[in-house]
Amino acid sequence: MSSPRSSSVLERPAVTPRAARPSANLRLRRKIKENLTAYGLLCAALACFAIFSWYPIVRGVLLSFQQVDFVNDPSWVGFGNFTKLFEDPLFGVAWRNTLLFTGLALVFGFFVPFLTAVLLNELRHAKAYFRLVVYLPVMLPPVVTALMWKWFYDPGSGLFNQGLDAVGLPTSQWLDSSTTAMLSLVFVSTWANMGSTTLIYLAALQTIPGELYEAAELDGAGMWKRLRHVTFPQTRFVLLVLLLLQVVATMQVFTEPYVMTGGGPDDSTVTVLLLLYRYAFVYNDFGSASAMSVLLFVALGVFSAMYVRLTKEAS
Amino acid sequence: MQSLRIRRTLAVAAVACLATATACSSGTEEKAAGGKVKVTITGQPPQTQAFERQVFDKDVAEFEASHPDIDLEPHEGFMDPKTFSAKLAGGQLEDVYYVYFTDPAQIIARRQAADITEVAKTLPHINDIQPQLLDNFRDANGKLYGLPTANYSMGLLYSRPLFTKAGLDPDNPPKTWDEVRAAAKKIAALGNGTVGYADYSKNNQGGWHMTSWLYSLGGQIARKDGDSWKADFNNDKGKAALNYLRQMRWEDDSMGSKQLLEAQDVQRMMGAGQLGMYMAAPDNVPVLVKQFNGKYEDYGLAGLPGSQGTLLGGEGYMVNPKASPEKIKAGLTWIQWKFLNPDRFDPYVKTFADGKQPVGLPAPPTPDIWQGAVREQQEQVKLKYQNVPAANYKSYMDTATKIKGSIEPPNAQQIYAALDSVMQAVLTDKDANIDQLLASAESKVNSVLAQVK
Repeated sequence: MSSPRSSSVLERPAVTPRAARPSANLRLRRKIKENLTAYGLLCAALACFAIFSWYPIVRGVLLSFQQVDFVNDPSWVGFGNFTKLFEDPLFGVAWRNTLLFTGLALVFGFFVPFLTAVLLNELRHAKAYFRLVVYLPVMLPPVVTALMWKWFYDPGSGLFNQGLDAVGLPTSQWLDSSTTAMLSLVFVSTWANMGSTTLIYLAALQTIPGELYEAAELDGAGMWKRLRHVTFPQTRFVLLVLLLLQVVATMQVFTEPYVMTGGGPDDSTVTVLLLLYRYAFVYNDFGSASAMSVLLFVALGVFSAMYVRLTKEAS
Repeated sequence: MQSLRIRRTLAVAAVACLATATACSSGTEEKAAGGKVKVTITGQPPQTQAFERQVFDKDVAEFEASHPDIDLEPHEGFMDPKTFSAKLAGGQLEDVYYVYFTDPAQIIARRQAADITEVAKTLPHINDIQPQLLDNFRDANGKLYGLPTANYSMGLLYSRPLFTKAGLDPDNPPKTWDEVRAAAKKIAALGNGTVGYADYSKNNQGGWHMTSWLYSLGGQIARKDGDSWKADFNNDKGKAALNYLRQMRWEDDSMGSKQLLEAQDVQRMMGAGQLGMYMAAPDNVPVLVKQFNGKYEDYGLAGLPGSQGTLLGGEGYMVNPKASPEKIKAGLTWIQWKFLNPDRFDPYVKTFADGKQPVGLPAPPTPDIWQGAVREQQEQVKLKYQNVPAANYKSYMDTATKIKGSIEPPNAQQIYAALDSVMQAVLTDKDANIDQLLASAESKVNSVLAQVK
C-alpha cells in the first residue's frame, strides 16, 4: 500500500517492522491479563456505584417529572412538580436561608480553621496534643453535637447564657430568635467541622519551603507580611479547592436545623434539604422532593464542575 | 471527603431508593401451610413494653386458635411516616397497618389503602362506632378505607401539686383561656424556673396545637367552599388564640424563656414538676407516670378551655391496597376481634387491671370510640376495674361529651407545618405582627388546601 508519505517513512530512524511487534490485540490482551485483578476490583466498584449511586440519581431525575404513589404506575406530570415548588412560599425562603447559612459558614468555617492552622503551624511544642484537641469535635456524631449545643444554647439554663450572666453581659435567645438562630447554627457547624479543614490547611502550610520564610524574615517581613506574601500565595490552590468543597457541603446543611430548630423560629432556619425532607417524608410527595433534589443537584453541580476544573489545572 | 460525597448524594439517593425498591417489589400472594390465609399485621408492642407485648402475643395466639383458617404474622411497631412509603414501594408494607388520624385522608387520596366498604358492612358492631370517627376513614364518595380503634379529644393537662402550691384549687381547673392565663401567672410566680403554661411550636406540633386552640374558641382551620377548601383562621378567632399566647409569653412571662418546644420537651418539664399546664390528650398521663416516675394522683385533666370545641384525634388500621380479598377479610376479622369487640371488654380490661396498668383513663385499654349501649357497657367495665383517681379527670369527661369534636383538617401535616411558624413567631418575637402572620399563613395554607382532591 503506497502513500504520498511513504518516502519520508524511509528517512525515519529504523523501527521494528510491524510484523515483528506483537499485534495491538495481543498487547491489549496481555495488558488485561496482567491487570486482571485490578480490573475485577474496578468492575465491582463500578457496579456498586451504578447500583447505589448513579441509578438512584437517574431515577431521582425521572421521579422529578412524575407523580408517584408506589401503588399504581407513576404518571408523567412534566414540570408540574417544579411549578408546585416555585409556588410554595417556603421554597424561596429555604434557598435564601441556605445561601445565608453557606455565606456565614464560609466566613467562619473558612477563616477560623485557616487561622487555627497557622497558629498550629507556628507551635514549637505540644503540636500533636493541640492537633488532637482541634480534631476531637469531628469524632462526635453530628446528632450528638447538635443535641449538646442545643443545651448550650438553652435560653434559661444553658451554658452560654449562664456564662454571660455570670460576667454581667446581656444574655441571648440564641436558637429562639429569628435574628440569631441561623448564626447559632453556623457556630455549631463551624465547631463540628473545623477539625478536618484545619488539618488540611496545616498539611498545605507544611509544604511551604522554610527558606521562603527565612528570606522574608531577612527582608524584615513581620507576621502579617509573611502571611500575605508567602503563606497565602503558596496555599492559594488548597484554599480555593477547600472553599468550593465547603460551599458544596454547607449548601446541604440538614442535621443542625433538623435537630436543633426544626426550621424555626418563623421559618428562619428552613433550609433546602430540610424542605426536601419535609416534602419526601412528611408530605409523602416524592415527585416534588425529587424535583427539589434535582435543583439542588444542579446548583451543586456548578461548584463541583469548578472543583474538577481546578484540580485538573493543578495536576 | 468521604462524608462530603455521601452528603452530596443524600438528597437524590434518599428519594430515589424508594423508586428502586418499587422495581423490586413483587406483591406476591403468601399462603400459609394448610391453606390458611396468612396476614401480616402491625401494632405489636416492642419487647421493651413487656406487659403490652405479652397481652398482644396472647391475643394473637387466642385469635389463631379460634380462627384456624387465619395465620397472623405480627410485626413490631406502629406508624412511622418516614418509612411508610419505602415499605409500600418495596412490597414490605403489612397487610393490615396502623395509622394516626392525621394520615388517612392523604393515604386515601394517594390510593394507598384498600376499599373495605363492603367487607366492613358484615362486621359486628360497626354501627356502634361513633360515625365521625368512621368518617375519618372515608373518601368524598363515602367509601370506607379503615377502622378507628382508639380516639381522644384534646384537653388541658395540669399539675395538681403546682396548683396547690400556687394557691389554686386542683379540683376546679380553669374553664376559660382567661382563667388559664391567670393560673399560669400564679404558677410562674412560684419561681425556680417554674413555667405556668407551655405550648409546642416545632415539627408540625405547633400547628396541631394552634388548630386545637382555634377549635376551643369555636373557630376552625379550614372550611369547605363548594368543591374546594379554604383557610379559615385569619379572623377574630385566630387573633384571639394568638393574643392569649402573646400575652402569656410576653406580658405575663408565664411561659418560660425556652421555646421551640415539642411534645417530649413539654412532657419532660411536666414530669420534672416544672410545668403547670399544657394542652394534651389523656394518653399523656401514662407517659408522664411511666417515663418520668410520676404518680397518677399528681395529674389532672380538664376539658379544653373555651368549651366551644375540641380536636378529635386517634388511631386506627387500614389495609394494604395490594392485599387479596381473602386477606382483607381475614385482616378485618382480626381488627374487629381484637379492638372492636364488646364481648371482650371485661376480660381484656381485667387483664390490664390485674397487671397494675392504668384503667379508667379516657385512653386505651378503654378507648372512647363507642356510642349508645356499647358505650354504656364499656363505661360499666371501666368503673368495675378503675384503678386511677377518676375525679382528677372528671372535668375532662364532663366536657368531652358536651362540646363539639372536630377532626383534623385535610392535608393536616402540611397545614401544621405552615402554622408552626406562626406559633414560633408569636413565642419568640415580642413584636410579632399577628395580623401579618395570619395573612401570610393563610396564603400558605390556601396553597396547601388547593391540592386537596
